[in-house]
Amino acid sequence: MGEAERVGEVIEASTTDFVAQCYELYELPPLGSLVRTREQGVELFGVVYRATTTSFEPGRRPIARGRDEASEEALYQANPQLMKLLRSEFGVLVVGHREEGRLHHYLPPKPPRIHGFIYQCSPQEIREFTESLGFLSILVNTHLPIAGDEIIAATLRHMSRVHEDPNAFLVSAGKELAILLSGNFGQLKAILGRLKG
Amino acid sequence: MTLEKDERLGIVTSGSLNKGVEVRLDSSASVEDMAVGRYVTIEGQKQRFFGMITDISLGVIDPKLTLTPPDVSDPFVAEVLAGTSTYGELHVLPMLTIGGDAKGLLEGAQPVKTVPSHFSPVKLASQSDVELVFGREDEKKFYLGTPLDMETKICLNLEELVKRSNGIFGKSGTGKTFLTRLLLIGMLQKGRAVNLVFDMHSEYGWEGSSEAGRKVKALKQLFPAKVAVFTLDEENSRRRKVSTDFVVRIGYDEITPEDMVLLRQTLNLTEPAVEAVYQLARRFGRRWLERTLEIKDAEETKELLGELSIHESTFQNLRRGLATISRLPFLEAQAADNAVGSILEYLERGINVVLEFGRYTDVTAYILVANLLTRRIHSQYREKMEKAMGEDSARPVPLVITIEEAHRFLNPGVASQTIFGTIAREMRKYNVTLLVIDQRPSGIDDEVMSQMGTKITCLLDNERDIDSVLAGVSGKSELKSVLSRLESRQQALIFGHAVPMPVVIRTREYGSAESYRDFSTAGEAEQDVEELWD
Repeated sequence: MGEAERVGEVIEASTTDFVAQCYELYELPPLGSLVRTREQGVELFGVVYRATTTSFEPGRRPIARGRDEASEEALYQANPQLMKLLRSEFGVLVVGHREEGRLHHYLPPKPPRIHGFIYQCSPQEIREFTESLGFLSILVNTHLPIAGDEIIAATLRHMSRVHEDPNAFLVSAGKELAILLSGNFGQLKAILGRLKG
Repeated sequence: MTLEKDERLGIVTSGSLNKGVEVRLDSSASVEDMAVGRYVTIEGQKQRFFGMITDISLGVIDPKLTLTPPDVSDPFVAEVLAGTSTYGELHVLPMLTIGGDAKGLLEGAQPVKTVPSHFSPVKLASQSDVELVFGREDEKKFYLGTPLDMETKICLNLEELVKRSNGIFGKSGTGKTFLTRLLLIGMLQKGRAVNLVFDMHSEYGWEGSSEAGRKVKALKQLFPAKVAVFTLDEENSRRRKVSTDFVVRIGYDEITPEDMVLLRQTLNLTEPAVEAVYQLARRFGRRWLERTLEIKDAEETKELLGELSIHESTFQNLRRGLATISRLPFLEAQAADNAVGSILEYLERGINVVLEFGRYTDVTAYILVANLLTRRIHSQYREKMEKAMGEDSARPVPLVITIEEAHRFLNPGVASQTIFGTIAREMRKYNVTLLVIDQRPSGIDDEVMSQMGTKITCLLDNERDIDSVLAGVSGKSELKSVLSRLESRQQALIFGHAVPMPVVIRTREYGSAESYRDFSTAGEAEQDVEELWD
């Protein structure tokens, strides 16, 4: 693997999650994908749980401009300043870290630093990270601003793609969830329904 | 999916010594592959436990699942839920422990005194585990059958078996006779005891018939040198082309008042009539029966009855009963040969005796003859044994007396008076034991049942019969569910003295040329050795 794909930079950080900004507008990592960053020798792993694109200045909202344009592409070409006035951000939930070569599926001692670089995890890294499924309990037990079921399902779908037998991975993850959600069959059913295909 | 024998089935989750332990099945093991009566081993921290599956149930982790069942037509959902939210549960009754250390291996399996710790892994018992528990076929152990779904041989320790009285029970048509024949062959093959078989339906001596109507060889054909066939009905034997060794005739003088006690029910005698027999016997001595039959209805009779204070109607009742007996063709006023003497002589030579009843399958004849012969053989055996104990010389070979329709001899009303009751209760000391065959075990006296060493039972479906067979066994309710689910043929539950734990077996094949060869090769080899010594 040459230079790993860098997807952004940390602009806001806490123990449990951080917010990153993309270098290019709309170049967002997909929902549920696994990303990593680094903080003094500790590698942090997180799952992308939300993404937003807003104006640079909070008070200035974009206005509709496309009435006379033939296509959306043409609109952006006619208004090159848009690329500089808008920005894409994504939120990452920390689900584990690697310290001295060992993977841990629990929170790292410190949050990442601002301006820490964020990389998309390679298939190899995803396979390593998902050798055990301990990270699921963080996903299940965190209260996110959007439905947790969606994040869990998106994450597992995303991870399953790099496995040789995606179905076997999903079944074992499903079993882990069935144990974690033993008292909440409704939620389990919702997640399982979103895992297929 | 079929399970490998050493694959983990699940883990112990709860339980008690009394009620057995609950085992939660892993998702890889399907409840449908399990079967009641199968063996499992539980790997505790310090010792291994050997147990039997006695119940299988289904569980869910969340009751909502049963209210709104998931869509299991989706294989993915079904696979995820199996073993996690929904799971199978086994109820296992631990029966033996096998110590993990060298000492434990030497001592062999011990009765269970505790339960395995939480979450101990459970596996299906392997062939070698079963072999470790039940032992291999050797000069003492006889291969009787295989456990369900396994090829391992379950062996019965015949030396232990003949030390106590034993019972074979089961509804009619479930294979009691086959089992008995197998056991008798085992005893003959291993030479651990001599047998005296009261063969009511002439099935054990020369040949018997299978359920399918096929003829099967019996003892004399397999072990010609070790079996003598006695008959009460020479004509019948000749017609069946059975060569008999001795024709049994019984003299009137051999019948004692004690024999009449047993016959009270079948002859419909009243209590005073039985009392009268004793008085008549005291008066007339050994030939009381003949003399009583000779009494005419005359003045002197009345005088005699008055003297003995026997009521007229009682006497008539007795006369009717005695007349029934005297019509039995094998009874003679004066018997030429001494049947008891020759039976004993054969038994002493180590030759097994099968007494065929021929056409006299009537219960009166059976009870009379069996009781009469047994009582006298028993008293002689007892004498010999006491003599052997006194002189510290060799004890007589253990004698096993096989009786059918045992509830007639051992019912609570007569068990305390008959010789069979006595043997069942205490004759272990004198090397005489019973092999009781019956289809209504509830009709047998509780005390006698409780003294039986090993019980082999085929399917029973009467609640009272099941209760009486299982009385006093630990894990009774669990065994009950196993017993009532036996197949109606070729399956039997064995428990008691001669096996380390209760076991369900599929009985060994009997009736094919190959099976005969298996039985008699060992027998012939032994026979050759014996001839060398002669």
